[in-house]
Formats: sequence, C-alpha cells, structure tokens
Amino acid sequence: MKNTEYAIKVDDLTVAYDYKPVLWDIDLAVPKGVLMAIVGPNGAGKSTLIKTILGIIKPIAGTVAVFGKPYKKNRKIIAYVPQKGSVDWDFPTTVFDVVLMGTYGQLGWIRRPGTRERKIAFKAMERVGMSAYRNRQISQLSGGQQQRVFLARALAQEAEIYIMDEPLQGVDATTEIAIINILKELRKAGKTVIVVHHDLQTVLEYFDWVTFLNVKKIATGPIKDIFNDENLTKTYGINYKVALNP
Amino acid sequence: MTEYFSLFWTDYTVRTITLGTAVLGALSGMLGSFAVLRKESLLGDAISHAALPGIAIAFLITGTKDMGILLLGAIVSGLTGAFLIRKIVTRTHLKTDTALGLILSVFFGFGMLLLTYIQKIPDSNQAGLDSYLFGQAATLVEDDVKLMSLITAISFFVLILFWKEFKILLFDPEYSHTIGIHTRFIDSLITFFIVIAIVIGLQTVGVVLMSALLLAPAAAARQWTNRLIGMVFLSGIFGAFSGVIGTAISATENNIPTGPVIVLIAGIFVLFSFLFSPRGFIVKQLNYYKNRKKLKRIKTLQLMYDIASTHENIEHPHSVKILNNFQGYSKRVLSALEDEGWITLQNGNWSLTPRGFNKITTYLSTEKNDTATN
Repeated sequence: MKNTEYAIKVDDLTVAYDYKPVLWDIDLAVPKGVLMAIVGPNGAGKSTLIKTILGIIKPIAGTVAVFGKPYKKNRKIIAYVPQKGSVDWDFPTTVFDVVLMGTYGQLGWIRRPGTRERKIAFKAMERVGMSAYRNRQISQLSGGQQQRVFLARALAQEAEIYIMDEPLQGVDATTEIAIINILKELRKAGKTVIVVHHDLQTVLEYFDWVTFLNVKKIATGPIKDIFNDENLTKTYGINYKVALNP
Repeated sequence: MTEYFSLFWTDYTVRTITLGTAVLGALSGMLGSFAVLRKESLLGDAISHAALPGIAIAFLITGTKDMGILLLGAIVSGLTGAFLIRKIVTRTHLKTDTALGLILSVFFGFGMLLLTYIQKIPDSNQAGLDSYLFGQAATLVEDDVKLMSLITAISFFVLILFWKEFKILLFDPEYSHTIGIHTRFIDSLITFFIVIAIVIGLQTVGVVLMSALLLAPAAAARQWTNRLIGMVFLSGIFGAFSGVIGTAISATENNIPTGPVIVLIAGIFVLFSFLFSPRGFIVKQLNYYKNRKKLKRIKTLQLMYDIASTHENIEHPHSVKILNNFQGYSKRVLSALEDEGWITLQNGNWSLTPRGFNKITTYLSTEKNDTATN
C-alpha cells in the first residue's frame, strides 16, 4: 500500500515524560475506514499514543503522518474525544455551547459561529440524542450524557478521522449502545475511528481492527487475525485464555 | 449617601477617585473570572505580592513615582513570579500550593526589604511608596484614571476579539490544541491579562488585598449565571459597584481607607450571592426541605395505595394504626394528604380518594419513565 492510503501512519515514535520511556519505537499504520481499538494494560501508553498523534504531547523521536501529510497540515480532519474526566463540568456553559465548540476549528481565528455552524451543532446533538438537553447547564449531566456531548462536539467537526480516549468508560448501557452505533455509522461512511478501549470482552464485538500496546507495539491488524491468546498474553503478561474463559 | 453625591458633583478629587475605582473594579472583575475558572485564584495573590519588589526596583532605578513606570516594574516582577511558579510546578516535585506560597513570601519579603532600604535613603522623595502595601486611592490623579481606562478599553477589545478562543481554552485546553487554536498564545494572553488587572489595582487597593478584588466579584457572579458571558459581565458590574460604593463610604467618613472598604464591599457581594442566588444556600435548603416533604407525602400515599389496592374498592376505609410501623408516616403528613384531597380521614380510619389514586398512579408511571431516560 502507498503512504497516502493510510489514515494515520506513525514511524519510530518514542515518548518519555521523565527518564523512563512511555512509548518505545512505535510503528503503526492505520488504514482508512477501519474501526480500531487500542488495548493494553494501565500505563501501557494508550492515552499517550493518541495524545502524541494529536500533537498534544511532543515525542522524543518519530513522525506522525495524516493521509500522507504531517499532522500540522492535516489536523483539521481529525476530531478528538477526550476522556470526560479531563474537564471541569462545573464550567459555566450549556450543552449546545460545548457542541458548537466543535465548529471553532474550521472557523479559524476571531470569526464567530453563525447559522451554518449552529445547524451543524444541532445535527450533531440530534445524532447522539441530546437535542432535548441543548440548553441544559453541563454540570447537570450524567456521565453518559457528558460522553454524548463530547461525541457530538467531535461530530460537529465533520472530520475524516475520529480519535477517542475511553469513550465507554463509566457510561450506562444505553449510552454504550448509542455510541457504538454512531461509531459503526462513521465507519460505514468511510471515516476512520481509533478508540482507546478497556473492556476486552467487547473488543471482538465492536471493532474490526486492533492494536495491542504495552510501551512497545505488540501487534496491529484485522481483529479476526490477531485477537488471540498469544497477543493477549504478550500484552498483559498473564494467560488470558484462563482469564477470559474461567 | 446624599453627602457623597453632592461631593461627587463638586469635588474634583472625589470624582476622579470614583471613576478610577469603578474602572478598576470592572476590569479586575472581568479578568478575575478567568483566574477563577482556571482555578488559579491563588496565583493572583502570588502575583500581586510578587509585584512589590518590581515597584521598589523601578523607583530605585528611575527615582520617580510616576504610576506608569512603577507599574511597569510591577508587571515585570509579577510576570517573573508567575513564570517561576509555573517552572517550579513543572520542573520539581513540589505542588502548586507550595510553589505559590514560596514565591509569594520570598518576593514579598524582598519587596519589604527594598522598601525599608528606600526609606533610609536621605532626601529621596520616597514618601508614599509604602502606600502600595495597602493602597491609597487618594493618590489617584486624572492621568492615572486615563491610563486605567485606556488599559480597560484595550482589554475589553481583545476580550471580544478572542472570545471564542478564550472560552474554549478555559473549558478544554487539550481539545483546543487539537482543533488548531494557538493555545500557548491565548494562554499567555490570559496570564498577561490577569497580571495587568492586578498591577493596575496596586496603587488603589495595594499588593496585600488586590487578589480579593480579582476573585470576589467573579465568585459572586458565578452564583447567578450558567454562562461564561454572563459571568464575565456580572463580575465586571459587581467589581465596578464595589469600587464606587467603597469610595463613597470612605469619602464621607473620616480616615477610612478606600482599598479595604472596596474589598469588604466585594466580600458583601459574595456573601449576598452565596445566600440569595438561585444556586445559593437558602434556595438550596428550601428546595431540599420541599423535596423531602413532597417525597414523604408521596411515599405515605404509595403505602396507602398498596394497602388500598388489596381491596376491590380503592376507597375502602382502613385503620390509621396500620401505618404506625411506616417510617415516613406522621400525623402532619396525614393531614397534609387530607388537605390535598388525596385521602379522607374519619374516626381513626383513612380512605384513598379517586384524586389520590390518580395522583399516585401517574406519579409512579412518570417516575419510571424518568429513570429510564437517564
């Protein structure tokens, strides 16, 4: 495959906070149109990997390419859904306002959101089932609703690539299904979705591509081919056959 | 108060000071919202204390007490303090509170040392420099007020220009970065603004109390609104009124220092907001009791409904005694239920009315819907 057919291509990526590397020599090629899970134990560098791809963390070495171009040139086609615990939900703003923030990137400096942007935000809220809450103060949302708001904000970016940090962490069953359905819709529309995921039980059911990560990249590829005991054991360091099938 | 109003129209000094404190209050109120929302309230305190050595050094170098020059010194040392705090937090294992405390006291101590030294220099025109400790509004002259108004106007313009960027950075810095907002620039702009707001108030309110004028209006405003624009706007209003009322009180009473009075008035705004705003203590307590009372009634009604539905005729009377073991039950609840027309009481017996039956059945079905949508 040629470079440009990869939605995201990471080469020789190494990241360290203090002395110990958090990510070591990661090579990763994510084909366009996949729904990919990144799995690995706590401290494996999952969040660090996506934050480095997004330019939030500066790597010690390595490059990130988005559709064959450097990240900085193509950042507007990536939408990021952070962990919902990363912000203060007591901030004085409404659901609609947060979703509208998704359009800020396209607007550029100084320009303000207008009718077009508001329409996009409305549509995004509708997709995640939050229209009825549009004027709700965000401190009054449940965990699942907060996650939907963040997802709607990303949808409002009308991006090609969606990168999400544990969107299913601590949400109720209804929200989980709603989110997964949207992810599948996105894939159907040809978008690329990368999700940091914690629940190994549901990986097979939700995703079609997977990356095993534990500081180093253990494996990456179609889920049918590589989601097996060998890779699980290599990543988590215990025999997962036993752990998954008691 | 009437005395103050006549002073305002006749006395040039009073008018100047009033305008000055109003502009100052509005500016620090608006920008203080940012400090509060970034959870950097104490940074304001550290910066204002850190500004003191800058004022002293500026005086030592230039020998003038010109407000513009002294404030330039204050800005430089205030920013240095803020920069060092950031570095301490990111480069060492010390936490923010320790870094703030360290920089605050070390800079303030150094400033005090310099002030003492300046007092001892023979025949320098040092008099009044120590008024920067607690501020002295009386020293405000027209040029000072003009400078303050100019800075406020510029800040206001920049605020409007980058409103969207400020908002998103305050709410979610990492996300702002990913959508291409120049976070470092906007972040520095906010810090610079906070420093400016502090420094501008040093002459009037002083290094010790200035952070209060930065934080109090914002804390009060947060109680009344759920929107950022509302918070910034209200905070500016509260700040301006604190300035004007504080000046009015100190102008009409003898020897009451303006700075502390302004801060006290701002404090009263906070107290009032905590008590009486929609998010405030009193409304919360009232709602709490109202909800408890309502739930008690509903739970009692539900128990009655459960008992009544064992009979074909729901209006069949039952003895009050069977309710005795139920937690929510009390004589008062019972008579409240009768007042609502949900039950009737007769000879130690109660019976559900059709209205009461309707009430409880609709309540039970809507409650189920509510929990399902969450």
